[in-house]
Amino acid sequence: MKRNSFWVASLTASVIIAIVLLVAGSSTVTANDQPSAANAEVKIDNFVFGPQTITVPVGATVTWTNKDDIPHTSVSTEGVFKSKVLDTDEKFSYKFEKAGTYPYYCTIHPKMTGKVVVQ
Amino acid sequence: MADKNKDLIDQTLQDLNNDGVDRRGFLKCMAWAGTGLVWTMSGGIPSSRAFAKTAHRSGGKGSDFTFVQISDSHIGFNKPANPDVTATLQTAINKINAMPHKPDFIIHTGDLSQLSKPSEFDTLDQVLKGASAKQIYFVPGEHDMLSDNGEQFLQRYGKGTKGSGWYSFDQKGVHFVGLVNVANLKAGGMGSLGHEQLEWLEDDLKGRSASTPIVLFAHIPLWTIYPDWGWGTDDSEQALSYVKRFGSVTVLNGHIHQIMQKVEGKVSFHTAMSTAFPQPAPGTAPSAGPMKVPADQLQKVLGITDVNYLVSGRSLAVVDSPLANSESSASGNGSGSGGR
Repeated sequence: MKRNSFWVASLTASVIIAIVLLVAGSSTVTANDQPSAANAEVKIDNFVFGPQTITVPVGATVTWTNKDDIPHTSVSTEGVFKSKVLDTDEKFSYKFEKAGTYPYYCTIHPKMTGKVVVQ
Repeated sequence: MADKNKDLIDQTLQDLNNDGVDRRGFLKCMAWAGTGLVWTMSGGIPSSRAFAKTAHRSGGKGSDFTFVQISDSHIGFNKPANPDVTATLQTAINKINAMPHKPDFIIHTGDLSQLSKPSEFDTLDQVLKGASAKQIYFVPGEHDMLSDNGEQFLQRYGKGTKGSGWYSFDQKGVHFVGLVNVANLKAGGMGSLGHEQLEWLEDDLKGRSASTPIVLFAHIPLWTIYPDWGWGTDDSEQALSYVKRFGSVTVLNGHIHQIMQKVEGKVSFHTAMSTAFPQPAPGTAPSAGPMKVPADQLQKVLGITDVNYLVSGRSLAVVDSPLANSESSASGNGSGSGGR
C-alpha cells in the first residue's frame, strides 16, 4: 500500500513538473495575460468602448475599430491623442510611448468613456 | 396669482362657449386630431383643444401663425435602419407643402447631416429649397459639429449667430431662441450650453414682458430624459431659471428621434421625431442607436411637428404627425355647424 502511494506520488510529481516546464516554455502566456505586446484592440460598438479599460505595455499600439452603425471618435481628455471621426469599420491607432493612465471619450457622445493604462 | 389664473380659466371656457362648436363637434374635431398629440398652453394653463377647431378661426386674426419643426435628417446616413434618408426628408417636405396653411417658417432642430460633409449639407439644401416655407432656422446637432468644431455648419447656417451658433428672433410677438448644446462636450457628460451662452441668454431675455410667449429650441433635450444615453443637458437648469417668469414657454428639441413631452408649470417640453430613423425608447435596447423597423412601418415612426400659435390665447398648439398615417388622413370637419 505504502509502496503504491509512493509510486503514484512520484509519478504525479513528475507529470506536474513536466507540465510546468511545458508551460514555462510556451510563448503565448505572459505575466499579465495579454497577447503579443505590440498591439491591442478596442472595439467600438453599441456606444461602448470594449474593453472599457485596456492595459498595455509601454510601446504598444492600441487600435480602435468602429463596429457601430453610428460614427464615433476616440479623444484623450488630456490632449494626448485625437482620432478623426470614425464611421463604421474605420480605425484609429495610437502608439503609447510613455507609461501612465490615459482617459479618453467620444466627443460626439461624451457619455462614452474609456481608459488606456500603459505600464 | 390665483385670481389671475381664475380669469384665464374663465376666459378659456368663455371662448369654447362662443365659437359655435358644440360638444359633439368638439369631439369630432378631437378624433380628427387623434393621431397626433394635441395640447395648448394658455397663459400657463394646459387645456386640450382640437387642432381642427383652431384652424376654423377666422383668418383675419392677423397675428396667428404656424411653423413646422423638423429634426434629425442625418443626410449621409445609409445603414439598414433607413438606406435613403434623403427620400424620407423629401417626404417630410412634401407633407409640409401639402398643408392647408403655409407655415411662416421651418425650424430644424439639428443633426442636419450625418458626418458634417459638404456634400451632405448640399443635398439637404437641395431638398429644403423645395419647401413652401422659404425661411428656415437651424441649430446644430452633434453630427453637424464634426468638421473643425462646427465650422462648416456656421458658415452655411450660422449667419448672424453668436458663439457656436446661438441667436434669437421675434415673430408676431413670439420670442424664439435658438440654443446650441452640442459644442465642447465634456467627457462623461450630456449636452452643454456653457457659461458664455447662458450669460447671453440671460441678457437676451432681460426686460421682455412676462406675457411674451417664449420658444426655446435646441438639439439635445433641455430636460433630463435618460442620462445613461446622454439624453439631457447638464446646465439647462440655469437656462430654464431665466424663463421661469414668463407666462408661456415652449421648449422644442430633437436628438432622441421620438416624441416625448412634459409640462412643468408654465413650461412645455417637446421632442420631435426624426425624418431619418427612429431610436429605441429609453433603456429598451443596448444603446441609443438607429432602430430597425419593418420597411412598411418606417414612415409611421418618422415625422414632423406642426406648431400653431394663437394670439388670442397666446398659446401654441403642437401637433406631431408621422410621414404616413396608420388610418386614413382626416379631412377638415364641418365648421362650427355642430353635430349631425
